[in-house]
Amino acid sequence: MTKDECKQVVLDIIAEIAPDEDLSDVKGDVALREQLDLDSMDFLDIVMELRKQHSIEVPEADYVQLASLDSCAEYLTPKFNALV
Amino acid sequence: MALSRVVITGVGLTSPNGNTLEEFRRSLLEGKGGISRIDMRYMGQVLAGVCDFEATKYQRRKDLRVGTRAGSISIYCAREALADAGIEVDQLDAKRTGIYVGTTEHGNVETENEVYNISQFDYDTKFWSHHHNPRTVSNNPAGEVSLNLKVHGPAYTIGAACAAGNLGLIQGMQMLQLGEVDFAIAGGVSESIRSFGIFAGFKSQGALAEHEDPNKASRPFDKDRNGIVVSEGGALYTLERLEDAQARGAKIYGEIVGYKINSDATDYVLPNPERQAECMRGALEKAGMQPSDIHIVSTHATATPLGDIQECEAVREVFADCPDTHINNTKGYIGHAMGAAGSLELAGNLPSFEDGLVHPTINVDNLDPKCDLPGLVINEAKQAKRVDAILNNSFGMLGINSALIIKRFSN
Repeated sequence: MTKDECKQVVLDIIAEIAPDEDLSDVKGDVALREQLDLDSMDFLDIVMELRKQHSIEVPEADYVQLASLDSCAEYLTPKFNALV
Repeated sequence: MALSRVVITGVGLTSPNGNTLEEFRRSLLEGKGGISRIDMRYMGQVLAGVCDFEATKYQRRKDLRVGTRAGSISIYCAREALADAGIEVDQLDAKRTGIYVGTTEHGNVETENEVYNISQFDYDTKFWSHHHNPRTVSNNPAGEVSLNLKVHGPAYTIGAACAAGNLGLIQGMQMLQLGEVDFAIAGGVSESIRSFGIFAGFKSQGALAEHEDPNKASRPFDKDRNGIVVSEGGALYTLERLEDAQARGAKIYGEIVGYKINSDATDYVLPNPERQAECMRGALEKAGMQPSDIHIVSTHATATPLGDIQECEAVREVFADCPDTHINNTKGYIGHAMGAAGSLELAGNLPSFEDGLVHPTINVDNLDPKCDLPGLVINEAKQAKRVDAILNNSFGMLGINSALIIKRFSN
């Protein structure tokens, strides 16, 4: 999986948990919470969907890694590739 | 101490056969039901009353995903009631507005969903949703309304089995009379059709209705009735002290003049007609009225073989020799809306103050002689000489009884 593909996986999850948001222009280097109406419960949803849909575990200490699309891609891409 | 008079100034509702009071009333006068077959987890198809209100009218899709159906029904009903009352949300005094929502139960739906969810993951509880607790706390439906309206006053549910719709209204009235709030949104809601356990429980009890025609399945007072059709729905009212309502020139649907809540203390599920009669008499006493002053008795009868007969015994005794008292029932159209039943059934009768029509009990093809009450209006609406007062019965499991009396408003 490439980092761009990983970002798309994250965006697909956000589309499910925040269906009212416009995701057409989410900037990779800006915190998701600064661009989208996401709260802490929504981030727990992201963690849960990564677990359910992709068998990816994100320990609580690593939640900060999900702050932006770029940091998500940096953190999650190796995890996805380790699954294969 | 003289208590303030409390009046109804707005109605918001969703029912399987209407999403506004006007639609609902028209359906009741035209004999239009709202029962269909739905797929139920583990059970196959069951009969149910399903509402089709536009949930996104007042909520974001995200709120619908995070919240509960009971919360969504409550928000829709609360917002519609405010609109009907001619009040913008930002006109409310947030600290002085209370929300009182009657529920039969809450949390079954969400818990069943989570158990099913983790069953897909070999019952590993790490897949259990963090949304479970805020969804299942008892105050959820009222709390979702407070979040949606941004009001800060007391917002809670009243758990009272299928008497809950009346109890929500009574609680709202009392809080206005105590001066705890200046404006109340009150009534009852139900999301019970999303819980297989409710259906399976009634089926095991031999109390779940079946009929090849869904809209003939719920048939209170008919000899061939065979049980309950479970429905979802809600009806919330705006309540105000009379002086406040008059000061703002509000439309007044009616005045709550009497109520009574009591308990059978006899059985988990079987009703007790003696206590039901005491409950109706208690409401009349509080209202300072005689049985003959009541022109419509809206019965609770759920179409169970025994329950209908027992309520008829109680009504027959209290309303003996009352030639101008009409008796009807709403469940033939919409099934049993559980926590919403009392408040929805009252709403369907409120327009009688205006048009003098008493909507009928439908699906009575073969009237049970034991339910043949004088004044029973069956299958066709009846024009009453006048309708000045409605007594609304709502009873529930564990023997909770309620009767509420609404009077045509008069200075």
